[in-house]
Amino acid sequence: MNDRGHPAPHKDYAGAKLGMWLFLYTEVLLFGGLFVLYAVYLQRYPQEFAAAAGQLNLVLGAANTVILLTGSLLVALSVSAIRHGSARLAQGFLWGGVVSGVLFLFNKYVEWSTEISHGIYPGSPILEQRAQGEIVFFGLYYITLGLHGLHVLIGAVILAVAAVMTARGSIQQDEFVVLENSGLYWHLVDLVWIFIFPLYYLLL
Amino acid sequence: MNEQPHAIVRYRTFIAIWALLLLLTALTVAVSRVHLGALNIWAALGIASLKSALVIFFFMHLKYERLIFKLFLLIALLTLALFIGLTFFDVLYR
Repeated sequence: MNDRGHPAPHKDYAGAKLGMWLFLYTEVLLFGGLFVLYAVYLQRYPQEFAAAAGQLNLVLGAANTVILLTGSLLVALSVSAIRHGSARLAQGFLWGGVVSGVLFLFNKYVEWSTEISHGIYPGSPILEQRAQGEIVFFGLYYITLGLHGLHVLIGAVILAVAAVMTARGSIQQDEFVVLENSGLYWHLVDLVWIFIFPLYYLLL
Repeated sequence: MNEQPHAIVRYRTFIAIWALLLLLTALTVAVSRVHLGALNIWAALGIASLKSALVIFFFMHLKYERLIFKLFLLIALLTLALFIGLTFFDVLYR
């Protein structure tokens, strides 16, 4: 902003964003560890994994994929909107992103409560009688999707904070790195789901 | 590192990417219903990687960022690949 002829407080736009990307890579490695476990056990129990995966709710899984992709679109649009100077539009897109997160979590709640009522949860007596591979599959399913769900919850809160900041004017046309970084976090949540969906719901 | 932000991405571009992502989602579901043996998992991973690339390069603006951002991604992916590769090197030859 120095080219406008008045001294501005020090801001490191690229540095702020690079820092966010670095943080996201630690998240990639966190989920990467869970995907490595998945890959190793898939290789060890291919039939049992396929049998267990077939019991998941494909319709809810696919619906959640569409919901997260749409949420990502809205958040990406909000960054363009704020840079065009339309704070109201950016706010609308952000609240849309929050709604997508809430819808996702609601579906997850429906899905998990059905599964738990059928006695499928880690350590349940019904699950313990199944084959070893199925026990491992559902263990990984709950930990990976649970961790991802936690990220959706955190991401939705971050988007809501960004929406409020936009309403108050602390995020604006030439001050939007917070919005961009919040968006980056939300897109990461989407990225993880892009891998979870085929690996857990679509396995044959 | 105090420099001007990248160009503003057009709404139209984002909507096109979103449509492509939905199309790829439908494709991955369709492909997964056909029995192809080991090829199923590679098809699923291939489509997921393509979808990720679309999200990273467009929604996350990586296409419009400077080289250092792209190098960061490369290093992170290489680390992850090394991590997965070495694990399998152990698990497969035990």
